[in-house]
Amino acid sequence: MFFTYLRRELRRRRKAALVVASGLALGIALVIVVTSVSAGMKQAQGKVLESLYGLGTDLTVTKAQERPAEGAQPTRPRFEFQGGDEGEEQSSDRLMVQGFQTLADSTVATVAKQTGVDRAVGGLSLVNLKIDGEFRRGRIQRGEGQGQAQPPGQGQGGTGGPGDTVTGGGAAFDVDSFTLYGTDVTTPDLGPLTTSTVGEGRTFKTTETDAAVVVVDSAYAQQKDLAVGDELTVKGVKFEVIGIATADSGQATAQVYLPLKRAQTLSGSAGKVTTVYVKATDSTKIDAVKAAIQKNVTGTTVTTSADLAQTVSGSLDTAAGLASNVGRWLSYAVLLAAVLVAGLLTSSAVSRRVREFGTLKALGWKSGRVTRQVVGEALVNGVIGGALGIAVGLAGAYAVTAVSPTLTAELGASASGFAGRGGGMAFGGGAGGPGMTRTAAGRSVDIALTAPVSLTTVGLAVLLALVGGLVAGAFGAWRASRLRPADALRRVE
Amino acid sequence: MYELIGVTKQYRRGQARVDALAGIDLKIAQGDRLVIQGPTGGGKSTLLQMLGGLDRPTAGSVFLDGTDLAKLSESRLTAVRSQYIGFVFQSFNLIPTLTAQENVETALVPLGVKAGERRRRAAEALESVGLGERLAHLPSELSGGQQQRVAIARALVKRPQVLLADEPTGNLDESTRDEIADLLEGLWQEHGLTFVMVTHDSTLARRAPRLATLRKGRITVTENPKAQAPSPA
Repeated sequence: MFFTYLRRELRRRRKAALVVASGLALGIALVIVVTSVSAGMKQAQGKVLESLYGLGTDLTVTKAQERPAEGAQPTRPRFEFQGGDEGEEQSSDRLMVQGFQTLADSTVATVAKQTGVDRAVGGLSLVNLKIDGEFRRGRIQRGEGQGQAQPPGQGQGGTGGPGDTVTGGGAAFDVDSFTLYGTDVTTPDLGPLTTSTVGEGRTFKTTETDAAVVVVDSAYAQQKDLAVGDELTVKGVKFEVIGIATADSGQATAQVYLPLKRAQTLSGSAGKVTTVYVKATDSTKIDAVKAAIQKNVTGTTVTTSADLAQTVSGSLDTAAGLASNVGRWLSYAVLLAAVLVAGLLTSSAVSRRVREFGTLKALGWKSGRVTRQVVGEALVNGVIGGALGIAVGLAGAYAVTAVSPTLTAELGASASGFAGRGGGMAFGGGAGGPGMTRTAAGRSVDIALTAPVSLTTVGLAVLLALVGGLVAGAFGAWRASRLRPADALRRVE
Repeated sequence: MYELIGVTKQYRRGQARVDALAGIDLKIAQGDRLVIQGPTGGGKSTLLQMLGGLDRPTAGSVFLDGTDLAKLSESRLTAVRSQYIGFVFQSFNLIPTLTAQENVETALVPLGVKAGERRRRAAEALESVGLGERLAHLPSELSGGQQQRVAIARALVKRPQVLLADEPTGNLDESTRDEIADLLEGLWQEHGLTFVMVTHDSTLARRAPRLATLRKGRITVTENPKAQAPSPA
């Protein structure tokens, strides 16, 4: 009788049922789309962070930035060129530690001993800067009546007369720089190289701790026309390219990867690392691990992915903010409104059926049975709304994934733990060139947005549909349960 | 069967107090047929609701086989209604979405009768009121008289001890009215019911052996030795 009565009533009030179900469906669809887009945002942020960190890395440890002594100049590379003969080629090749901040590699072992640390591995970020070119001398143009122009220092002595001018001269230099990363080849599953896939050739063998081999990022390989088997010279040392790696998302951490020991030797940073990559035993206890490292390994900065996430800006961050704030609240507001409307419609339906319920109570139907009938009808509306909402929500999430709008994440470089901090280059030679500062810029990563729908999201939708139906039913059930048969029948008269 | 002692029912209508029933004393024996008449607002339907356990008196007692309905809990009162009392209303009060058979079944639902048994008894009840061919019809597909027959079948399917009818012919034309009156009286005789009917219809009133008149909440009961014998149902 329950189901027969329920089915017939829903069929009789098809339009009202459709309105109720549609309202709930809209709210539930919004919740699904917003939740899945939020999940997509998180995934995108995760990919961005992975591109910095590497897969499986929970924290990084870098040297804490020290306050420079009063009057001290910031560390910066300095190139000294001596003026030589006309046309003499000048060349300087510098391999520098990015950010000029290093930790002793014993720090890796100290970090690895901390409670909650599963593994730790060190890495050395370097930048190679090569400058090639020549100076051209200027020519003195004698004042009127003082003879032909000649290079300075030749002819009639070094002092110019009044009215002399210097014309021509200058410098032409090519600057070539690329980034390198010294990776611990004995622990291949932790560190930045884990976010790249070696498509051509191979990756390092665990025995190649000091081998003259490199893995080159595909973008750099294309730019420099490098292939597996080619040679790459770094600071005068020839390395064999054994693999071409492509970053899984965004930009690669470095353009050239080489064994850590070799990187240390080459850059004169023996026993030094720039970053320690840490994997925690339990990803839910990262804050505790961070606290332990900060307490026990002094002079370091510990960065978690959560810290790093705060430095992400750009359209990804804006969209994530919109999804998690406006979108989520909007969808819940729509759902709440839908439930309220459903509740009012159910309550109104009970008002129209006062005689019916009064009669059933007169026949001996208990209030609970009448209430169950009302709640049952509302629950079915909720289920229909939930099914519709899930279908629309899945379609919406699928559409987002199909369109895959591209979002850009701007990453604050200073927080990444291994980017340069205010490096600079001073060009010497001649009168000395103007100072040029190269601030390490933040990285920009493009990520295609997806909207993955998890079973949890679908479960949440089903739960919301049922709760929505129950709440809507409760409005009507409350009225039906309070209905006294005598009053109900009297109203008919 | 019934014994009403000093039954009073007062309503508040705005600021005014209305005495629907003003100290009613009444006895109705097992198998009695009592017709209640009176002007509109005289308290007829209120008295019927007291007898049916649909409402409680403001003061006084309504004894049904020695149990004071006024003091029963809501759930006990509901149980009494479901087991002992059958109702027939002026507007038939059928569930519009249920068929004739399903409407009759609704009276058996609170008794916990199994679905198959419910269907069988509902069909029998409809057969007994002459609607054996209309089991699957919705109320909207039946005439007023047929709808009232369904309502009567619903009242009797649980084999109650009491049948309470509130203006059962009020919405029917004259010929249908006689059919329904004959049917009710025939069933009363056949089942040995206690039958209380509220009606404005003097023709029906004259057919009752006992006539109660309610005016301003006060009751006067008269015996009618010349009551007409009911026609065969």
